Amino acid sequence: MKFGVVLLPGSNCDHDALHVAKDVLGADAEPLWHKDTDLKGADCVIVPGGFAYGDYLRAGALAKFAPIMEPIRRHADAGGLVLGICNGFQVLTEVGLLPGALMRNQHLRFLGRDVHIRVEETDTPFTSLYERGQVFRVPIAHGEGNYYADDETLDALERNRQVIFSYSDEEGRLTSDANPNGSARNIAGICNRARNVVGLMPHPERCSESLLGGASGLLMFKSIAASLARV
Amino acid sequence: MKATVTVELKASVLDPQGKAIQHSLSSLGFGGVEDVRAGKLFRIVLADSGQTREEIETQVRQMCERLLANTVIEKFSYTLEE
Repeated sequence: MKFGVVLLPGSNCDHDALHVAKDVLGADAEPLWHKDTDLKGADCVIVPGGFAYGDYLRAGALAKFAPIMEPIRRHADAGGLVLGICNGFQVLTEVGLLPGALMRNQHLRFLGRDVHIRVEETDTPFTSLYERGQVFRVPIAHGEGNYYADDETLDALERNRQVIFSYSDEEGRLTSDANPNGSARNIAGICNRARNVVGLMPHPERCSESLLGGASGLLMFKSIAASLARV
Repeated sequence: MKATVTVELKASVLDPQGKAIQHSLSSLGFGGVEDVRAGKLFRIVLADSGQTREEIETQVRQMCERLLANTVIEKFSYTLEE
């Protein structure tokens, strides 16, 4: 079982993800350079946070032409696991692996703080060890995290239970006050139809050790490991 | 040939940046600013490769669809001049 963490020019959370996979979880993990054309045997590819290609044009827009994206697309099409965190989520929507788009935060400010998210679905390889409805505290750090899709797409996401995480208050209520960035229907993270690709704006890799104030994010890495161990 | 491409958010998509600019214009004393939508402008210079105008248009449209605009949230328009 191996994690591959994509290193795009401007990625800056790659080491955090590698650290959690390797040192905290104890799994095999390797960086994947953006010019690489194979995934070095990675079972789960993580597209980490950061500012790939300086966020030029649109966040994530230029990353879709990185050579590493082609094998990632093939991996995803074949049912392999792909996780996009923050900028990685933006990249996955631009690449077309996930529906919708991430727009400028509603109040135009970059947000770097903790929020609460509610786990909506646990039948994905990324969330199997969470409880449905579980609320946990997790850091966000983004200027463009305002999830948008047209109503038809949003309805389809809900119908197919593709909304995986929602911004909520501490008690799990999806209020507008709990929505930090104006995301449609409080959406914080989604998966694709086949449930093997997940993207979320919050940073689970930044809350995977109690030393750093919380370890709820580690359950995502543990879920991935557990589902890969079953294959 | 020069192409000028404009990319802006679709009318159905809220534009908080435009709203903020509108408020700023109003507070600067410009009355009657009913709405502002912010967008992007690209000036593209194309080498003369003997293509017809239709071929160039097709190419510019593909540039917009594949890179310059995210058609989930944005729309584009363009003009061509010699």
